Amino acid sequence: MSAQASPPPPKAPGYMLWLPLGLFIVFAGLLLVGLLRPADRTVTSALVGKAMPQFALPPALPDRPGLRSSALADGKPHLVNIFASWCIPCRVEAPQLGALAKAGVSIEGISVRDTRADLQAFLAQNGNPFQRIGADDDGQVQLALGSSGVPETYVVDGEGVIVYQHIGEIRPEHVDMLLGKLKEAQQ
Amino acid sequence: MIAELGLAALWLAAALAALQLVAGVLGLTVRGASLGDAVRPVAIVQGLLALLAFACLVYVFAVTDLSVKLVALNSHSMKPLIYKIAGTWGNHEGSMLLWVTVMGLGGGFVALVERRLPERTMLATLAGQAFVSLGFYGFLLIASNPFERLSPVPAEGNGLNPLLQDLGLAFHPPTLYLGYVGLSIAFSFAIGALVTREVGPAFARAMRPWVLGAWIFLTIGITAGSYWAYYELGWGGWWFWDPVENASLMPWLAATALLHSVSVLASRDALRAWTIMLGVIAFSMSMIGTFLVRSGILTSVHAFAVDPQRGTFILVLLAIYIGGALALFGLRAGTVAEGERFAPVSREAALVFNNVMLCAILGIVLFGTLYPLLAEAMGAKVSVGPPYFNPMSALFAVPMLVVLMVGPLLRWRRDTFARVGRLLVIPAMLVIAAGILVVVIGGAPLLPFIGLVLAAGLAWASVLPLKGRNLRRVPLPVWGMVIAHFGIAVSLFGMSSESAFSIEKLVALRAGEVTQVGPWDVKLDSVEPVAGPNWTALEARLLVRYGDDGKVTQMLPQARGFWAPPQQTSESALLTRWNGQLYTVLGGEAPAARQAGDRWQLRLWWKPFAPLIWGGGLLIALGGVLALLGRAAADLKRISVKDKIASRRERQGR
Repeated sequence: MSAQASPPPPKAPGYMLWLPLGLFIVFAGLLLVGLLRPADRTVTSALVGKAMPQFALPPALPDRPGLRSSALADGKPHLVNIFASWCIPCRVEAPQLGALAKAGVSIEGISVRDTRADLQAFLAQNGNPFQRIGADDDGQVQLALGSSGVPETYVVDGEGVIVYQHIGEIRPEHVDMLLGKLKEAQQ
Repeated sequence: MIAELGLAALWLAAALAALQLVAGVLGLTVRGASLGDAVRPVAIVQGLLALLAFACLVYVFAVTDLSVKLVALNSHSMKPLIYKIAGTWGNHEGSMLLWVTVMGLGGGFVALVERRLPERTMLATLAGQAFVSLGFYGFLLIASNPFERLSPVPAEGNGLNPLLQDLGLAFHPPTLYLGYVGLSIAFSFAIGALVTREVGPAFARAMRPWVLGAWIFLTIGITAGSYWAYYELGWGGWWFWDPVENASLMPWLAATALLHSVSVLASRDALRAWTIMLGVIAFSMSMIGTFLVRSGILTSVHAFAVDPQRGTFILVLLAIYIGGALALFGLRAGTVAEGERFAPVSREAALVFNNVMLCAILGIVLFGTLYPLLAEAMGAKVSVGPPYFNPMSALFAVPMLVVLMVGPLLRWRRDTFARVGRLLVIPAMLVIAAGILVVVIGGAPLLPFIGLVLAAGLAWASVLPLKGRNLRRVPLPVWGMVIAHFGIAVSLFGMSSESAFSIEKLVALRAGEVTQVGPWDVKLDSVEPVAGPNWTALEARLLVRYGDDGKVTQMLPQARGFWAPPQQTSESALLTRWNGQLYTVLGGEAPAARQAGDRWQLRLWWKPFAPLIWGGGLLIALGGVLALLGRAAADLKRISVKDKIASRRERQGR
């Protein structure tokens, strides 16, 4: 194709030789920022501000109905609590859920990967604040909600839109804040 | 006592590294030239002391000396001996000690055998090696002392992590480490050559075996790690573009590019600055990969132990070494004399093209790995996965594979397409035939389709360099190249076939029921509980049959529950045939079980030709081994000839 040896690619200009160093400095700066920032490990659901995904869970216990997403859009705000009998923080938050239920909040439960006997024992010991409990035995609804662990609590407004996601257990100091969120959701 | 001995050896090794650095630097000056003679012996002793320290640590792990904090935290007296020993490097401190040991031994070995390079370049190289080692010695002694004692002595050790008790996992990290650290020698050679501006074929020949050796270990390490993730995690995938996987892939890509450019430099004296640059980049990628994994800044969701102090320490080391080397490159590369020229159609040009493509893929992977960090710095959270990595890397991998068919057939310096065109008729026809065949049997998505047709052409083209030659006289390195390139075709075929033709099935079966997946009949015979030393499991007995007249074979996937610490794992069961693998996983009881009796969830995959992915990887490594043997044999021959000449001269009294 080429009769005579054509010159090699033109010699790189001087600044090209400094380019790798420049890239590395940007890279090191980025790592420094990543290292010094306090690690924020909570994973917020991308669904906050959007409607609840559609689901219909069978009842987890015979004495409470199951949970369907359509039941949440009944004009009233709801608290949806994702919990499990094998989850220690869920025991910690039980009194707070009880207080919220006493304050007239309608609380719906989604029990994740649980058995009926364990669940009954758990509720007998810690109280049962739930109107309905849906059994999410394979964790698919939990995943669909964008929840990364138990317990998590969602504030859902009357149209079935998620307005707030609470990650981790509800501590006594959170109760007023959640009541405020529910009030906001009512308007 | 033994632990103190190890610590003393470590301090001495660090002191000798400092001496090696000072003597090497002074040895380059006119007044300190006499110090230069000390550098080689010091390098050798430094390596041996590091080895002694490491041997001491292995000993305290083997006898489970619980007064050593590291042992108490990471071992247990009831572990089998092999896992006690593997536990030495299964933790942060031990793996860093392994790192400096390999580095010290590598430097010592270079000092012992390498006589081809000008002495000044050797001094600069060994000083550079000492400089890098010194930082890691400092890191060990200041921030992560492996020999720290514990008082009072605990009655029993902490760790009996069931996941680490797997032979594959015990030997996979050190294999990768040997690869990472082997690249440090290439790095030091590059620094040495930059300092003295002596870049040429002799330098490339000295560097080449180290690059080859490191590259072989990296190839094996990545292949083994991928297969481990495939069978142990039970997800049916073999590559997840996880930051930890990318951390091992990036040095491999750089080392692959370096391997090829160093060959060009060795045989044609071209690509001088480029080879130096890659030498720096390859080890930089090793250090960055280790940093990303060790500091935990990218794997925070995997709940690794995050230690900002250590992270900062390693980052400072990275800044000094990589920043320093790149600054030296900026200063000196412009003054390295230009190498030989070559035409746009020549073997050099094809290698340059593939080098650039490999570096582009490296850039893509690096960017994708760091993007979550970048986005987080700007306040958003994202994760980057296959939808980014697959097409973006294919964008550069596909042209590279096309050139890979042609490149080895081209002559050095100058060639014409007309000459090699005839050779490529058959591969081109194979590509077309494979394309038609895939369409006939039902088609495939775009990327696997391209992979399948390219694999067909490449398999043929890769053996063409042997055409017309006397096979017994073909040098080993050429065999190595042919086998490695053929391995790429094999692996590519496996990957594309797995991705295009895998059949996945999620079913809930009662005992006695039969289901089909691909050509297989799978019958759930029974599910029984079984117990192991520290776990219980539900074990499914599957009776599987290939086709209508196949033999019935039994497979036993388990759903295991460990109780200390509580952890659920799926032990998949795999059945390999020449044309693929049947992959079975037992889920739990199906949700409807309470109403409908015992139904069990099964996940079944039929993966045609999937084992070729790792078979190809091993072929690539085998190619490297052959090339290394060939080079080493040639070197030995030359040394012995030189010795003969020298002794003959002596006898003749000259």
